[in-house]
Amino acid sequence: MADWPTLSDIASQVQDGKVTARELVEKSLVAIEENKEFDAVISMTSERARSRADEIDVRIKNGEQVGRLAGVPFIAKDNFLTLTGKTTAASNMLKPFEAPYQATAINKLEAEGAICVAKANLDAFAHGSSTENSDFFTTKNPHDKERVPGGSSGGSAAAVALGVVPFALGTDTGGSVRLPASFTGVVGYKPSYGLVSRSGVVAMASSTDVVGPLARSVEDTALVLDIMAGRDDLDSTTFERDKEPYGKDSLDLSGKKIGVIREYFGEGLEAGVRQNIEAAIDMLNSAGAQVSEVSLPSVPLALAVYYIICPAEVSSNLARYDGQRFGYNAPDTKNLDESYELSREQGFGAEAKRRIMMGTYVLSSGYYDAYYKKAQTVRTKIRQEFDKAFEEFDFLVGPTAPMPAFKIGERSKDPLQMYLTDIMTVAANISGNPAISVPAGTSDNLPVGLQIIGNYKDDRRLLAAARAYQELAS
Amino acid sequence: MPIAEEIKKAYKPTIGIECHVQLKTKTKLFAAVGNDARQAPPNTLISHICVGMPGALPVLNEAAIELAVRAAFALGSTPQKFSHFDRKHYFYPDLPKGYQITQYANPIIKGGHVDINVDGETRRIGITRAHLEEDAGKNIHPAGADYSLVDLNRAGTPLLEIVSEPDIHSPAEAKAFARELYLLMKYAGVSDVDLYHGNMRFDVNTSVSKTNEHGTRTEVKNLNSFRSVEGAVAYEIERQIELLEKGEKITQETRGWDEAKQKTVSQRGKEEAEDYRYFPEPDVPPTELNDDYVKNIQENLPIMPETWREKMHDLSINSSSIEALLDRDKEYGLDYLQRIEEGLAIDKDLAGFIAKYIVNDYFNLTDEIKRRTAGAQPAAAYLPTIKQFSEVYNLIKEGNLNSTSASVLLFNSWTQTPGADLVEYAKSKDMLQVSDEGEIENIVRKVLADNPKAAEDVKSGEAKAIGFLVGQVMKESQGKANPGLAQQIVKKILGV
Repeated sequence: MADWPTLSDIASQVQDGKVTARELVEKSLVAIEENKEFDAVISMTSERARSRADEIDVRIKNGEQVGRLAGVPFIAKDNFLTLTGKTTAASNMLKPFEAPYQATAINKLEAEGAICVAKANLDAFAHGSSTENSDFFTTKNPHDKERVPGGSSGGSAAAVALGVVPFALGTDTGGSVRLPASFTGVVGYKPSYGLVSRSGVVAMASSTDVVGPLARSVEDTALVLDIMAGRDDLDSTTFERDKEPYGKDSLDLSGKKIGVIREYFGEGLEAGVRQNIEAAIDMLNSAGAQVSEVSLPSVPLALAVYYIICPAEVSSNLARYDGQRFGYNAPDTKNLDESYELSREQGFGAEAKRRIMMGTYVLSSGYYDAYYKKAQTVRTKIRQEFDKAFEEFDFLVGPTAPMPAFKIGERSKDPLQMYLTDIMTVAANISGNPAISVPAGTSDNLPVGLQIIGNYKDDRRLLAAARAYQELAS
Repeated sequence: MPIAEEIKKAYKPTIGIECHVQLKTKTKLFAAVGNDARQAPPNTLISHICVGMPGALPVLNEAAIELAVRAAFALGSTPQKFSHFDRKHYFYPDLPKGYQITQYANPIIKGGHVDINVDGETRRIGITRAHLEEDAGKNIHPAGADYSLVDLNRAGTPLLEIVSEPDIHSPAEAKAFARELYLLMKYAGVSDVDLYHGNMRFDVNTSVSKTNEHGTRTEVKNLNSFRSVEGAVAYEIERQIELLEKGEKITQETRGWDEAKQKTVSQRGKEEAEDYRYFPEPDVPPTELNDDYVKNIQENLPIMPETWREKMHDLSINSSSIEALLDRDKEYGLDYLQRIEEGLAIDKDLAGFIAKYIVNDYFNLTDEIKRRTAGAQPAAAYLPTIKQFSEVYNLIKEGNLNSTSASVLLFNSWTQTPGADLVEYAKSKDMLQVSDEGEIENIVRKVLADNPKAAEDVKSGEAKAIGFLVGQVMKESQGKANPGLAQQIVKKILGV
């Protein structure tokens, strides 16, 4: 396993000429090759990575300041559009797709000197919790090859856990960054909705999609977020960020009010996970935090709400994949309608089709009020409950997932079982709150994640609190 | 279709009109890409947003909101403080995202009215709503080819769809409504209103009934002239009455207008109830209008047609001339009304003089130039400046120029450099009137000597003969004598 200093240390070393960007890129590319058996990566972007590294090395030789991530290699989930290679979203539909523009998040990281070396595997179109829905292959959990890495950002999480890169990018629509972080023992961050631009990211559910970093430490996670955060003219749902940087310090937890979400400790929570999370909460307590239980009665409905709103938006966002302008186009079709039908029939996997069907159904006239409209009403209620809880508490905590990584094939036969994996992560997507998964020990040698949820737009304090916890735990 | 007038009279036609108005923003509704597709080669005004690329997000063009706010006031309404966009789903090659972004549940304009005048009577037509939406692209079907082409230049162009109440009851009213809507959009600065290029497209819903209940309606789509609106409504009324008189039923359907044959034709078979699966567009936050923003737009609204009508009525311009001015203002980029407004700021009579000159002479000039240049825009036909109008008007007022010469002088202004000194020009062409009494008296004496019979007639009280003599004086002076002065002198010499 390749070893990496902190991101800011890597950048200083590159800037100071102690190591070249090219050396770091090569180190990363070699590590990716050596860990091929885990199938974390769909494609390598070696050529552009090498030329960018050389460019950076020349700039440094010329005495230029390159940036806060000078020469730092990273991997992007393959639903980020990049100006190199293909952007597939792990789908047959986009298998041939070469993006003509690049995601804002990638542009911002590149502007600070970071170098994208590969595109990570995911559940096709980010539909799933295990990467088993990838149209190409399933990523293996670095802690146990028989198990899934979680999803949908499973490739990104595995890559960071394997140490092939010091950080990776994921997207979190219902838990897709936090869940795989929890399953692979890394840090995964879901920012407040609107903090990071979604421009150039293949849309899944527009109203809950967020871009989030995965790294080994909260400190590194915060730096990546600090660079990506802020208003983008290409995404009108983004907001102006606060000026102070993220993750510079850890928060003094003494006197901070922390609410333990009661609804997350009911039936279905595995004992090993419970033990680890309770131990983590004890740690917060002994650091002087005022820990008490809090009930958010509508939170258990979040999953049901999610599986109405998400497929509705998915069915709409996937409408553009009709085989006419880009992506997969079915051969030998007789007319336009057949071309539409067969391109979509052959280009989409089972899960995409399932979500298109469900979404189309809940948006149909006659069903809209009973499903979509009602789901939006409950969504508002969940938001209100979070807002009310944050009048009293600084942070809310609970497990990231009810179980550690499960075996490949264990849940993939039953979509409902798979959907239940997200039961503890979806609420923050429905409400828009920021949330983080931080490693909190292991259960039977499998990592467990502690989830900390912050107040909306209070990302800086949430990261500082998570950093404080990580320092306590190490 | 020979139906007796008495039978027709028994039916009451009911008409509602929907109009798609293309907004004159520089860029598209959700993309920073040029909006004027008229001259552009296919697929040159597109970006990743217009093509519906993965990861592309719509960003609302604020200029479109401003134009919609202006339109709200033009339609006698106030804009909604809160509005939002929805997605309307269907599959079609000219719709790259598989959905159109439109305002369904909460449009920016609710309610309003348009006053129309038909045969001297004013009627108020209600406006149900008006909403913003993006236009689709254009499918092109090359003759004989087994493929079609798609041009996405127009995809994403901002439209305001205005929906009227079914308050219209005759073809003439339908035409008047369409024209008034055109004037309102033109004067509010909402649209370029280039009908030829489809800047305004009308869909008319027509039904007839003998009772107070509406009959089954048909929709004739994509009409782009006032005459075709009138023609389509008239044809539909006749066609529907004829069918009903034969005991047949009206099919609710979409029809098209055949301009050459002046008839409507069925376009689609049975109307399928399409399910567009509307839901709020999550990528575009709701629009909330700030009161100051709205107030500022309202206070800076351009002069609307009704106000122009009042102003020109005050200048004693007849109503057909007023309507001609309203129709043709800004034609070839010429700001006729602005010139009249500039005149008004100086002197009311000057403004009246300018208005009459434009209607009586200038329109002929531009038409003539257009005719001679085989339809090309009369670029050379610039309008005299306010300074030129003032100078010429002063020459008339001071008796130095008669109105015929004034027209010729202004007419010739376009052959001069813009803003040329027309007084100097008139002098150089010897166009000024002779108001020197001595000089005119010499001419009068010569005319009286040449026409002794007429002079005698005047003396014996035949007033008509004075006119003849003055005419002779004008002729003798080659039109330059001040006719008023000439008459006075004739009378003085003949002692009447």
